[in-house]
Amino acid sequence: MAMLHTVNKSPFEKNSLESCLRLAKAGSAVLLTEDGVVGAMKGTKHSKDVADAMANISFYVLGPDLKARGLSENNVAEGIKVVDYSGFVDLAAEHESVQAWL
Amino acid sequence: MDDGDQIVKKFMYMNRKTPYGTIYALESLEVVLIAAAFDQDVSLVFADDGVYQLMKDQSTEEIGMKNFSPTYSALGDYDIKKIYIEKESLDERGLSLDDLQDLKYEDEDDDWAEKDSIHLVSRDELAEVIDQQDVVFSF
Repeated sequence: MAMLHTVNKSPFEKNSLESCLRLAKAGSAVLLTEDGVVGAMKGTKHSKDVADAMANISFYVLGPDLKARGLSENNVAEGIKVVDYSGFVDLAAEHESVQAWL
Repeated sequence: MDDGDQIVKKFMYMNRKTPYGTIYALESLEVVLIAAAFDQDVSLVFADDGVYQLMKDQSTEEIGMKNFSPTYSALGDYDIKKIYIEKESLDERGLSLDDLQDLKYEDEDDDWAEKDSIHLVSRDELAEVIDQQDVVFSF
């Protein structure tokens, strides 16, 4: 069953995103929240890892956490969907379970 | 260095974390503002994820936290004129100085002319500046 993975740490500071991408199965979803939103941005050292994983994982990023950090939705990498809090709830409800990578 | 009877030391505040995920950024800013009252030679560094602290257009209403980013523009009034940004940290994040706040101070020795507080430095240049410090505080 499809799992929702949440990542709330910056890929520059912790390897949470890297571990998540290594272990998430095809067909699952990844939602980037809090400092994790950094991993959604275009043109960073980690953009390629996310782009590669997009082949079989769907990516989401929490809009309010982008806004708080002054990160523009226009600079979110192609293929990552921006969601609000109710979108977060929908994702949690739609998936069989939620795995938080801290 | 001797300033009258008072000893002036070089204090550096090293900021390496994003602004809202932890309390470090806000704590650093508060300590810097307090320390500014002691007339020391203060400099700030923003490197690694610390560069995100100075992003323009931060808007925290939806996450229910205080947006403390406007306070950085007051640093000049506290006589903090040396703010170092590591260029490589910006590059790795796909950022440039245009994405960051433009921090200034007024130079009392030059008819209060407005001058840039921000110095974009390379990793090697930053290592030099760190090496010259008496004390480095890590946040």
